[in-house]
Amino acid sequence: MVGIITYGVYIPRYRIKVEEIAKVWGANASDITGGLGVFEKSVPDLDEDTATIAVEAARNALLRRDIDPEKIGAVYVGSESHPYAVKPTACTVGEAIGATPRMMAADFEFACKAGTAGIQTSMGLAKSNMIEYGFAIGSDVAQGAPSDALEYTAAAGGAAFLIGRQDPIARINHTCSFTTDTPDFWRREGQDYPRHGGRFTGDPGYFKHVEGASRLMLEELGKSAKDYDYAVFHQPNAKFPQKVAKTLGFSMDQIKPGLVVPRLGNTYSGSSMIGLAATLDMAKAGDRIFVCSFGSGAGSDAFDISVTDIIESKDFKRASAPTVEHLLKNPVYVQYAQYAKHKGKIVMQE
Amino acid sequence: MRDVAVIGIGCTPFGEKWGSSFRDLFVEAGTLALDDANLSGEDIDAMYVGNMSAGRFIEQEHIGALIADYTGLSTRHIPSTRVEAACASGGLSFRQAVITVASGMEDIVVAAGVEKMTDVGTGASVDALAGAADREWEGFVGATFPGLYAMIATDYMNRYPLTREQLAQVAVKNHYNGARNPIAQFQQEITIDTVLRSSLVADPLRLFDCSPITDGAAAVIVAPLDRAREFTDTPIRVLASEQASDTITLHDRRDISTLDATVAAGQRAFKTARITPREIDLVEVHDCFTIAEICAIEDLGFCKKGEAGKLTMEGITALNGDLPVNTSGGLKACGHPVGATGIKQVYEIVTQLRGEAKGRQIDGARIGMTHNVGGTGATVAVHILGV
Repeated sequence: MVGIITYGVYIPRYRIKVEEIAKVWGANASDITGGLGVFEKSVPDLDEDTATIAVEAARNALLRRDIDPEKIGAVYVGSESHPYAVKPTACTVGEAIGATPRMMAADFEFACKAGTAGIQTSMGLAKSNMIEYGFAIGSDVAQGAPSDALEYTAAAGGAAFLIGRQDPIARINHTCSFTTDTPDFWRREGQDYPRHGGRFTGDPGYFKHVEGASRLMLEELGKSAKDYDYAVFHQPNAKFPQKVAKTLGFSMDQIKPGLVVPRLGNTYSGSSMIGLAATLDMAKAGDRIFVCSFGSGAGSDAFDISVTDIIESKDFKRASAPTVEHLLKNPVYVQYAQYAKHKGKIVMQE
Repeated sequence: MRDVAVIGIGCTPFGEKWGSSFRDLFVEAGTLALDDANLSGEDIDAMYVGNMSAGRFIEQEHIGALIADYTGLSTRHIPSTRVEAACASGGLSFRQAVITVASGMEDIVVAAGVEKMTDVGTGASVDALAGAADREWEGFVGATFPGLYAMIATDYMNRYPLTREQLAQVAVKNHYNGARNPIAQFQQEITIDTVLRSSLVADPLRLFDCSPITDGAAAVIVAPLDRAREFTDTPIRVLASEQASDTITLHDRRDISTLDATVAAGQRAFKTARITPREIDLVEVHDCFTIAEICAIEDLGFCKKGEAGKLTMEGITALNGDLPVNTSGGLKACGHPVGATGIKQVYEIVTQLRGEAKGRQIDGARIGMTHNVGGTGATVAVHILGV
């Protein structure tokens, strides 16, 4: 049975508050925080990007378990903000963690669910004995155009999940995807910021696909919301995951541990994976976790996960790497000008 | 000239209809109207369709033929004509149908209106709508419709005792009515605070002072009054059908806070119908912005200039007031698919006069009025309908 061997997260220490962004654009901050349920978002440092965040998350994962990096046969990095259009982030990560050269590598793109697509790919390779371990990473320094609704939530962060067969801390019992061609949110080659269809990203985008994949998996397994201890959904804001959870019959208690967006923002490819990591940070052996990601364009990946007793054994050192809560604590707040500089929104002279 | 009656009505739910195309919308509205009149396509002699900007919204022109084709009437080769007068396209479509029947040229005529606005982004939509103003003198220098109506509001508030709260009450009242209309885009009630706390669009107008971008279609069928009872037990008479024009730019007007075309069309309509404003039981006015409803109530002659804000706050224009205004929710809450709005106004008045408006019914309503404006008042269509 394949599963999660270890996991790690990285979130930059800087934050900007919704009020600070709203002040710049003359918007009503309480309308935004009330509507989205997001109060602040993470901001990368000047020298942080998708690659550095992916490396940090992978290294944090390896701090928790004694893994020979040469046995990592694949690295897949999902992101909407790969630093290069051509030249994989996955190679940088592989090199940094010592997995090169005998490894498969590729960068994935499927909006906010490219990281969970990496989990599915790694599951297949591990299950078929093509690799011992595979790293699936979701990492982003998310883009949101100045004054666009996305600017209030687009955040930076990532999570890395090492997938394999031997002694997983959590078994992945089942996965399925729900995919259609739906133009709800997109960014063309060379464009700095994504564009989106406003409210069209809701019902025909997020809700159709998250509900679609979730119901498909529950149906295939013959299970319902009450069979799970926790549930994690892609969280572009706090409203969408809470609404879809309610529709599917999950309670606030089930989703609360993994609902990290109010203090973190939307880390795009990192979003649902950081939510899963936050849930694993406090999970006990025997817990069952429901996960459903969402990527615009559009699709969702659902996962049925059972936490094993390895998570509480000496083989897994959960406390050796920072928890999501630890990474969210004690942020350094920045003003809009510094945020604009960190995000490269100020165009410098060549 | 023959007397004319409305014998059938149909309207799609208004809103962001992502699952429905332009064609789906007008076919749905047309089918509802035919069913309502117990007619089939074989009975239709001619069609008019109000549509402002399908060319910009869905890159489709030649709407008259398209409608005839997709309603299955092209094989009978009936005349089908698009009518365009910006946001007054629907009102003029209805008027063309009335004139056609009154003249004796045709008997059973469909007046429809349709707009599919959400296939383009908000920016493109706002720019298409700006075509209702003067592109050279207004659009090119940056004036949008919220901007132009904000100038009307600013001028009005400088000259007359209208408070910000009174202006907000227009939206509160229309949302209250919309909450009782199953086809309305917004069916939730709001408070004055909701309006005052919403984002500023163009000072003094806030988000909740503005009508939304909407998809929708409406259709009504008119016939000679002396044949009307062949099709319905509740024919609604067209007592007046009037239209007026004015300068297309706002700055060329005699008085930017008075829509002279509304005054002219209103006065003509009362004269034609041989009634006074006091005899009107309810009116659907063109509230593309809250200030537009204030101006309309006064310019149609229901009160003196400067009094409409007070009347609104006192509840005179509410569902249970002496002069219910916009029982459908108006453009603000029912939605504003521009080409369809004028027809939807007729749909609402007919529904009320038939006594079929359920939770928003005005008891004993016998005479109703519609007021449909193109641009900032360069075209106005006013109709009076009665049982």
